[in-house]
Amino acid sequence: MNSAPPQTKLNDSDFQEFLQLQQHQAESIAQATNWQDKYRQLMQLSKQMTKFAPSLQHDDALVQGCESKAWVYHRKLGNKHYFIADSEARIVKGLIALLLLACQGKTTEELQRFDARDHFHYLGLEGQLSPSRANGLYALVNTIQAAAAC
Amino acid sequence: MTHAELRNQFPILNQQVDGHALCYLDTAATSQKPLVVTEAMRQFYLQTNANVHRAAHRLSTEATEQYESVRSQLMHWLNASRLEEIIFTHGTTEAINMVAHGLTEHINPNDLILVDGSAHHANIVPWQQLAKRTGATVTAIPLTTDCRLDRDAFRQLLAEKPVLVALSHVSNALGIVNPVVELTAEAKAAGALTLIDGAQAVAHLNVDVQSIDCDFYVFSGHKMYGPTGVGVLYGKYHQLDRLQPMLTGGEMIKTVSFSRTTFGQLPNRLEAGTPAIAEVIGLGAAVRFMQSLITLDIFAHEATLLQYLQQQLQALDDIHLYGAHPDNVGVVAFNLADEHHQDVGILLDQQHVAIRCGHHCAMPLMASLDIPGCCRASIGVYTTKQDIDRFIEALHSVKELLE
Repeated sequence: MNSAPPQTKLNDSDFQEFLQLQQHQAESIAQATNWQDKYRQLMQLSKQMTKFAPSLQHDDALVQGCESKAWVYHRKLGNKHYFIADSEARIVKGLIALLLLACQGKTTEELQRFDARDHFHYLGLEGQLSPSRANGLYALVNTIQAAAAC
Repeated sequence: MTHAELRNQFPILNQQVDGHALCYLDTAATSQKPLVVTEAMRQFYLQTNANVHRAAHRLSTEATEQYESVRSQLMHWLNASRLEEIIFTHGTTEAINMVAHGLTEHINPNDLILVDGSAHHANIVPWQQLAKRTGATVTAIPLTTDCRLDRDAFRQLLAEKPVLVALSHVSNALGIVNPVVELTAEAKAAGALTLIDGAQAVAHLNVDVQSIDCDFYVFSGHKMYGPTGVGVLYGKYHQLDRLQPMLTGGEMIKTVSFSRTTFGQLPNRLEAGTPAIAEVIGLGAAVRFMQSLITLDIFAHEATLLQYLQQQLQALDDIHLYGAHPDNVGVVAFNLADEHHQDVGILLDQQHVAIRCGHHCAMPLMASLDIPGCCRASIGVYTTKQDIDRFIEALHSVKELLE
């Protein structure tokens, strides 16, 4: 365990440059015609996500309600919100990637208008966004919207 | 009854999920309920519903008779020696809490409480709380490398004269059966009280509390084909009688005035408030259901299936099984090498295979295995070889996808 929360050691560029994914990757997942294809692509996304250094895998950043460990950091730059996140489980990490694709660099107003339920329905992954699921996605959506509110 | 007829007692297993049959391998979390159980509860509500005890009318007398007849059924089923030794609770967790709470005034600072290293949190946390209240110490009984209780370490710990030993009959995460008769005898010889968590045992083994000779034996209805919200605390009469009631109020009193209240006799003394009457009736039906399966030699059927499941899993590449012994019951715990159990669970769920993935409320056990969690497939009387084949096939697809 690390002693000091690592949030302060992160640079603005760590947030701005974190997500190296393209919007069309989400569209491709939405259009996948079978579940195997959908989840294969989801795991591809997770592979392309930057892996957290051990120092960032800090308990203070843990997403609650997730069976696997997932960590998230938030920073507001100008009027835009940025998040960096990681998970030890691949599918959860892919789900996080999809969520960040929709939320990264958005303004408070945009995040407040964002309807995660609609979005995951569009992606064909609505079943994964439920408070009773132990994947932490629901908690992460709440974290993002809470961050947008302050 | 044939096995197909048995299976028809569980309509939930015949349902289609998105056009696929359900493959339910999560019985250790909760078993499905046979029609005889749901029907008994329905009939109770439709025809007999009234509050029990202190009957002033015909319905209440009937409800009380039915409720008390389940106590008698359980006494025979467990081979307890007195009716008053069967206390209805809301489940295993409540039962253990009742004992831990009830013993508070009998525990002294520096007393030692030993707890099975593979125990469910429900058989750990109440003892920790008891220790906090009294200044006692809780020590885990270590496991061997093959996940069995370490008998040598146990004997060494018994030499320190613990006041209480809390064991699992069957480990909920791994399915390992503890030799409870021998362990209880050793604990007793050392002067300790014994509590056995039978939550994962009663659906898979014949339990005889007199031959085990433990002071307390606890279990839940919902893991043995009965309803949720009901469980049993068995205790030797004089041990139950020593327990301070955790809940006080209706049913359990003898006289009440604002200056002084006296408690009634067992079993009511430990059953404060209106009990889960319909659930107790349902539990009685579940016991009858299990007794009716004797002709099917159902435990042998389960043993064959579990060994088949273990073998089929072992035949896969890159898989770790945890404490998978041929004499285990009910469950098998595993991980795919280098894969997170949650990924495996999500991909099995996509194929309508229901298993449990996580720490299984046994974090200390997971820590001793040095894993964050694992997958657990569990079987019941209704499980078929087809269920297992389907699960293994689905697991092949998971492996393929994760590669």
